[in-house]
Amino acid sequence: MSRSPLSRFSLQRWLGIVIKEFIQLKRDRLTFGMIIGIPIIQLTLFGFAINSDPKHLPTAVVMAEASPFSRAYLAAMQNSDYFDLVGSVASEREAQRLLDRGDVQFVITFPAGFQRALVRGEQPALLVEADATDPVAAGGAISVLNKLGNEVFTPDLPGFHPPAKQLVELRIHKRYNPEGVTAYNIVPGLMGVILTMTMVLMTGLAMTRERERGTFENLLATPATPLEVMTGKIVPYILIGLIQVSLVLLAARFIFGVPMLGSLLLLYAVVLLFICANLTLGITFSSIARNQLQAMQMTFFFFLPSILLSGFMFPFRGMPGWAQAIGNCLPLTHFLVLVRGILLKGNDYSLLWPQVWPILAFMAVVLGVGLKTFRRTLD
Amino acid sequence: MELAIDVQNLNKRFGDKHVVRDLSLRVRTGEIFGFLGPNGSGKTTSIRMLCGLLTPDSGSGRCLGYDVLTQSGEIKRQVGYMTQKFSLWDDLTIAENLEFVARMFGMSGRREAVDRALDDLGLAGRRNQLAGTLSGGWKQRLALAACLLHRPRLLLLDEPTAGVDPKARRDFWEEIHRLSAAGITILVSTHYMDEAERCHRLAYLSYGSLLAAGTADEVIAAQQLATWELSGPGLTGLGAELRRLPGVEQVASFGALLHVSGADVATLQPELERFCHAHGLALERVGSTLEDVFIRLMQHSPDPFQEAS
Ligand SMILES: Nc1ncnc2c1ncn2[C@@H]1O[C@H](COP(=O)(O)OP(=O)(O)OP(=O)(O)O)[C@@H](O)[C@H]1O
Ligand SMILES: [Mg+2]
Repeated sequence: MSRSPLSRFSLQRWLGIVIKEFIQLKRDRLTFGMIIGIPIIQLTLFGFAINSDPKHLPTAVVMAEASPFSRAYLAAMQNSDYFDLVGSVASEREAQRLLDRGDVQFVITFPAGFQRALVRGEQPALLVEADATDPVAAGGAISVLNKLGNEVFTPDLPGFHPPAKQLVELRIHKRYNPEGVTAYNIVPGLMGVILTMTMVLMTGLAMTRERERGTFENLLATPATPLEVMTGKIVPYILIGLIQVSLVLLAARFIFGVPMLGSLLLLYAVVLLFICANLTLGITFSSIARNQLQAMQMTFFFFLPSILLSGFMFPFRGMPGWAQAIGNCLPLTHFLVLVRGILLKGNDYSLLWPQVWPILAFMAVVLGVGLKTFRRTLD
Repeated sequence: MELAIDVQNLNKRFGDKHVVRDLSLRVRTGEIFGFLGPNGSGKTTSIRMLCGLLTPDSGSGRCLGYDVLTQSGEIKRQVGYMTQKFSLWDDLTIAENLEFVARMFGMSGRREAVDRALDDLGLAGRRNQLAGTLSGGWKQRLALAACLLHRPRLLLLDEPTAGVDPKARRDFWEEIHRLSAAGITILVSTHYMDEAERCHRLAYLSYGSLLAAGTADEVIAAQQLATWELSGPGLTGLGAELRRLPGVEQVASFGALLHVSGADVATLQPELERFCHAHGLALERVGSTLEDVFIRLMQHSPDPFQEAS
């Protein structure tokens, strides 16, 4: 057919589109602000809120036995500043209710016979139930509890001979979030979330903006092909994504002290793949949507499951099968595994393929849909 | 005679609105073809179908020898389309806009072409001004320069002189005639009668149907409209009375004169003579103008769908 030579990719046209997008981006202060602003705001919100070592956590006590030892222990807890005793409750049931409602973060139970066992060096158990929905919030306090045992009971209580081992056995039950996601997990994850949000949104607006301003008609009147337009519009955002990632990585390293065990080069390669997947999706949204509002709605429709079902918010293995199935279709799910693997476990490239091919498949499908739905006309 | 545009029975519907009906158009190579018609008559829609921006629902035809249905890629390379609404990029400078267009058409010698266009426009000193900050008339001139950049064989200009001052308008038409003399075909839509008269041939579109086509004289002659010029004292108050006379279709004021038109000469002639005699007015038969003819065409084509606006 006579169409074939025309649908050939023209480097000059493609470059023209890339240059135009760069110039427009440079002049668009708001978008530029968003690029730098979103990572910083999100890092501050997520990163610091999580990494800060919260104190004065409300704590309830179940005293099966009131003794000088237990009172001394409680006093030490309060002195540590991590715990605020909101009161003694009579029964385990009532304590449970407080925990369920989120009124307290910890319930500490002194079992009957605590003092006697302690004096005999029998290592009595102290039951600590922690609300670990925000695991890091509980983490600092728990580590303090661990130290307290020996500190409190070692000093000169009459008739007591300190043994060498732990005096008190802490039995900690983490509730609600057994996997215990930590800040190390979240800061790298944040990178994926930021990229998903900004990349999809910004490219989502790229084509609809042309349509709303009427410039699309001029673009269509030129011989530019859909592939040239779509890929050309993506390029500047790849650079932006890399800037954002570098910002997050710098913060992760120097503010949050996240370890970086794996290869940085490998990390950037994975990031590039992920950025491209999101940009492809954004540009496809953009060619489907009739206006900027629709593109925005599509972005959020995609963003929500990405955040909820990818393992960023909730532990992936804790989700029901159907949710995992959805999650497995999302690039963020695989990206999180990849980044955590590279940063925290030092995985090398040989371990990446199982997570890389789903992202590639996602990209291929989405690009196909995008090219199919790209309207060459104004109909 | 070689035809630059030769389309038959193009139709376009938006929903249940039949916007272009059985449009057949023949435009010869190198001629200036005027495209006229009231607001919403389908001029823009027709032009978009010619350059492949809209797909016709039915119909067939060729544009520069290429099939309008299947070869819009080839057509786009050789057509310069100037949109009715300014649609270059507001946030690019004048020079950047031109450079972008030049790249899109794969031009070699891009820099020189852009510089030349800027010089011709008289915008060389403002090349770094954002296009969005230009005045309306200058935007039109920039848009024209942009669609001429790649030396198209066919120009489709959708109301190119809307909002342009008289001097610039005259320059524009001089340029159009120069291009036409160089063998470029130009299809231009307009609402201005003086511009219509500058075209070699015209087409008049109303509610999607082609009502008249040909040279200005042919279009006027085809309507068989007779026009009289009335002059004399106290004319101003008589318009309403004249309109009620049998056979009168149009009454239009031109300063101190009134033009009265109608197709039914046998009825109108004696009526007007009696009227002028009674009011002491001078009566003279004059040639109908394009405007008289177009207003008649407008009045005689019923609106098949009510405009929502
Ligand atoms: N994309 C569209 N969707 C629905 N209706 C449309 C669309 N484009 C045009 N129309 C309708 O088609 C009709 C013809 O529009 P068109 O723009 O072709 O008229 P026009 O002759 O160019 O008018 P004007 O002189 O005002 O520019 C109008 O009634 C318009 O409302
Ligand atoms: Mg129009």
